[in-house]
Amino acid sequence: MTTATRGTSAEGTATDLPRLLPASQQPQDWPAHHARHGPIPYRGAPGRLIPDLRDAGLTGRGGAAFPVHRKLAAVLDAATSRRKTPVVIANGAESEPASDKDATLLWLAPHLVLDGLQLAAEAAGADQAILYTHAERREDVGKRLRQALMQRRAAGVERVPVELAEAPPRFLSGQETAVINHIGGGHAIPTFMPPRVTERGLEGAPTLVQNVETLAHLALIARRGPRWFRQVGTAAEPGSTLCTIRRADRTPRVTEVPLGMPLRDLLGPLPQDGAVLIGGYHGSWVPAGQAVRLTLDNQSLGTAGARVGAGIVITLPPASCGLAETARTVRYLALESAGQCGPCLNGLPRIAAALVELAGARPRRQARADVERWAGLVTGRGACHHPDGTARFVRSALITFAAELDRHERGRCSGTSRQPFLPVPRGQARTEEDWT
Amino acid sequence: MLANVSRIDSTTALWYASRATGVVALLLLTAVMLLGVLVTRQGRLPGLPRFAVTGLHRNLSLLAVAFVAVHVLTAVVDGYVDIPLTAAIIPLASPYERLELGLGAVSLDITIAVIVTSLLRRHLSRRVWRGVHLLAYASWPVAWLHSITASSDMLHSWMLAVSVGCALAVVVAVSWRLAAAARDVPRAERVGLLMSAVHEATRGRERTTRR
Amino acid sequence: MSERLVVNPIDCAGHGACAELLPEMITLDEWGYPIIDGRPIPPALDKDARAAVSACPTLALRLLRS
Repeated sequence: MTTATRGTSAEGTATDLPRLLPASQQPQDWPAHHARHGPIPYRGAPGRLIPDLRDAGLTGRGGAAFPVHRKLAAVLDAATSRRKTPVVIANGAESEPASDKDATLLWLAPHLVLDGLQLAAEAAGADQAILYTHAERREDVGKRLRQALMQRRAAGVERVPVELAEAPPRFLSGQETAVINHIGGGHAIPTFMPPRVTERGLEGAPTLVQNVETLAHLALIARRGPRWFRQVGTAAEPGSTLCTIRRADRTPRVTEVPLGMPLRDLLGPLPQDGAVLIGGYHGSWVPAGQAVRLTLDNQSLGTAGARVGAGIVITLPPASCGLAETARTVRYLALESAGQCGPCLNGLPRIAAALVELAGARPRRQARADVERWAGLVTGRGACHHPDGTARFVRSALITFAAELDRHERGRCSGTSRQPFLPVPRGQARTEEDWT
Repeated sequence: MLANVSRIDSTTALWYASRATGVVALLLLTAVMLLGVLVTRQGRLPGLPRFAVTGLHRNLSLLAVAFVAVHVLTAVVDGYVDIPLTAAIIPLASPYERLELGLGAVSLDITIAVIVTSLLRRHLSRRVWRGVHLLAYASWPVAWLHSITASSDMLHSWMLAVSVGCALAVVVAVSWRLAAAARDVPRAERVGLLMSAVHEATRGRERTTRR
Repeated sequence: MSERLVVNPIDCAGHGACAELLPEMITLDEWGYPIIDGRPIPPALDKDARAAVSACPTLALRLLRS
């Protein structure tokens, strides 16, 4: 489900969204896409698109918000100095269970993503492109994408061959080095950087990994220019972004909104003592009272210790217990550890168990201090940011649900429903095959 | 050969020195092998700090090469039999005991490669270093074969005990290493295992604190 | 030319030889894994740092030029 939203630009004129998603909410095939957006504006040589991307201020929409023009420039530099042809990977793994935006985008507007992939490949001087998608999200997405590619080849618009690759349904499979590891024939688990993947990635070549939404924005910037892109959003964080909104009523909505949009417009009225989870399972819990004063951009969210991330915003239902939800989620996050790095392997299961205690009645006095200590011990000591993100999520819960912690210590709980709310997949990785 | 020599002279002294240093080299290389196996299992030597295992492994290997150098030089310098210096590293270059000395040359070549790649570790990829180092598992048996074929001494009295003892020690160590590796928890299962263990520990604690 | 200590957490098996040789910059956490001080190595500790890198059985500890 998608919604069209009015956004305001820096100049004060109203601009109609959505840009990426079709207003009709119908999947766009090649003729419809071509009619709406026109031909792919190839620039004719590598690097020519980079100044536009710099002026537009496009940052990654996969969660890290890294400036796209800098990544592209790094790949081009590495390609020149090492004399190796780059590879471009469109990352549609969306391994965060609470996120649905990439799957929705690939379903409704695959051609925009594929345009972006071609343009990024041209800009990087790449001769190979790969679209990496989640195997189990939507059954027909593979078929849909293959059809889209066939239509494009028939129309003769593809310049770089595109391969489809599947991500195993694991939390880490969308991590940059895990993507490359898996496509290269290994497991979908992270590898240790240095060197960075822009320098040496898939099969030793400089590799550009971009989220599928980022590529869709890129495809539009190439057509309509950086000024157009900046018509919505803030000056520091321009453009629109796809969000997965999950309110208390539980049905998730994917919507395209301008950066800088007030959260109270996004979420509607919030319960007084409620809480909002911003940024998914590596994000932060924020008390409702604070959340209503924030806007959807890193500058504002940063004041509450949160980040936009991949645009996941979830309201905790009043009947749910925030600690119980957090404990259940962290148990999942612990089980999703690759088990490669000592601190993560040891810390996350212990944190998970202690949270289960804290979410229960009359936990040990030591449990909270243990969680704080372990959260500090795991941060920054793994090969990827899984322990860091989990620690951030956990710490924000301890702060936001401080009152709830006190209640539990006295044997009470404000939650009245035992129904699980946050979407956490069942099952756990047990064998090596689960990561292939 | 030596039965024909009826008086002690410099030739005999050199020959004895070559055999003696050869035995010591074999003992040292055996110790290096055992320590190497200990390093791969992150084991410790009782009473010694952790860095002692890698330190000893490294230093004893250098000492072993020193003894091999003397072992080779004394055999070459001794004029009783004609062994060219090149036979130390080029297999089959010696007209005397061609095959037996060839084994020694092969073993020494591998040992030199292992030591050189280890000294240059910082500049080599992990894969290259590891690949060469694994050849050490071939180097030791070849050295042992050289020792029991190049001179019949190793098959008599206490020398036999040394030959057999070294072989036994290496076989036991390598078998232990393989068995222990087979018992290692595969990476993918570590987290699940730890989660269960921690869960059990928490449950246990709850039971004991509940009144 | 300053250098920093970096550990590859995937290769690190928590052997702990590094912490013995350079306790000023490496301590072990409660699970036996090294907590590395990532600041540039002072010249006085340079020799010990190199010894620590050498002593790592899995080659996880490295010196990075910055």
